[in-house]
Amino acid sequence: MSTVRLLVGTRKGAFVLTSNGTRKKWDVGGPHFAGWELYHLTGSPADPNRLYASQTSGWFGQVIQRSDDGGKTWHAPGTKPEDLMGPDGTPKGESNMFLYDASAETGVPLTTHQHYDGTQRPWEFKRVWHLEPSLTDPDTVYAGVEDAALFRSTDGGRTWRELPGLREVKGHLWQPGAGGMCLHTIVLDRSNPQRIYSAVSAAGAFRTDDGGRTWRAINKGLKSQYELPDPNADVGHCVHRIAMHPSRPHVLFMQKHWDVMRSDDAGESWHEISGNLPTDFGFPIAVHAHEPETIYVVPIKNDSEHFPPDGKLRVYRSRTGGHEWEALTKGLPQRNCYVNILRDAMAVDSLDACGVYFGTTGGQVYASADAGDSWEPIVRDLPPVLSVEAQVLS
Amino acid sequence: MIRVALPAHLRTLARVNGEVALDIEGPVTLCSVLDALEMRHPMLRGTVRDHVTRQRRPFIRFFACEQDLSHESPDTPLPEAVAQGAEPLLIVGAMAGG
Repeated sequence: MSTVRLLVGTRKGAFVLTSNGTRKKWDVGGPHFAGWELYHLTGSPADPNRLYASQTSGWFGQVIQRSDDGGKTWHAPGTKPEDLMGPDGTPKGESNMFLYDASAETGVPLTTHQHYDGTQRPWEFKRVWHLEPSLTDPDTVYAGVEDAALFRSTDGGRTWRELPGLREVKGHLWQPGAGGMCLHTIVLDRSNPQRIYSAVSAAGAFRTDDGGRTWRAINKGLKSQYELPDPNADVGHCVHRIAMHPSRPHVLFMQKHWDVMRSDDAGESWHEISGNLPTDFGFPIAVHAHEPETIYVVPIKNDSEHFPPDGKLRVYRSRTGGHEWEALTKGLPQRNCYVNILRDAMAVDSLDACGVYFGTTGGQVYASADAGDSWEPIVRDLPPVLSVEAQVLS
Repeated sequence: MIRVALPAHLRTLARVNGEVALDIEGPVTLCSVLDALEMRHPMLRGTVRDHVTRQRRPFIRFFACEQDLSHESPDTPLPEAVAQGAEPLLIVGAMAGG
């Protein structure tokens, strides 16, 4: 029987939750890296026991952790002395270092971006928000960072190089969202290895068709009426999350700051599919593993009240690719619930029936083994959950 | 022998218990001690000083002999008691959070 493994990042460490294919009983492992913020941990599609984790701290900075045995043991890649010494014996210090590429040879000048008040501020690395392993090579992994930029490692996380062309897309107009100016979404296209999507709060969505060398904004159709002086601006939109079903790489679903959006042409244009949602503000969006027109969101009240409307925690499912939504409530608290679900904290597994999972800022991780029809909490009292990823091991 | 006391999170990261003992050749300064510390425990690079600027991270403090050395020049000699190993250099996470 298959094993399901959930990788859960929280404000105070990482947890690994495991169950068999019935997904009834769960073992809870951890905390790993106790006391540190684990913005994201995830596994390689090419080798599910290769895990990467972003361990970060306002005190001590950024550490990348790697496991080669499914989370039993971890190490910070590239921190052996031989990894760090140059030929002359002096430290190179490349491990865990995310240095924006402003070099004359390959880089882009590191200029400034907008601050909250519209003034310009210099780019400054703060942390890794999201890790996206290659679909085919366990040693290749992308990292989305704050201040927003995209990095890639091709040596299993020992060294990182920026893909600086992204910052060329009107980087001076990018600005931070409430959580900071972060690149939080990286979507790889299984049908076209040269195509990558990324999203930045608050700048918008971007696409490369040449493996990350050049990028362009793909925000036509997005409207930010109260956030931008020009609601239809080319960049500046606060995109919260993008999801794709691997069988339909031209179809993208987006949870924006406000509005749930859809593109049928690889991001060339977007149209709204919020339909009958009680509010179209939210953070995560996910696609059913086997039904590419079935999508999930978790609406929250608004941009200043980050909790579910009416104190009722409701996942909304559309089986029609948007517009028509049904509330999924069985097993979820329907009174006095004031948690949030962050953008990386929802995932699906590939079993049949599709499992759906999400973690809350209240420390609960909920699981549905029937595509959302009913829910049960796996754990109730973790630290605030930042990310949830699901793996199926055969 | 120079003694260095790390905050708990960095002891875990470096996989050490208790103080770190370092041999320093030449002047004993914040810079030379941190260089030796990072040489011995490379996973600490970037956690005490910024990777690029080599400046102290904002939420890190350096104490020794009941003095705050956080704002001393990195090349200022440390107190004699630290240089002799009688007192440790304390690397401290700034008090914050409640």
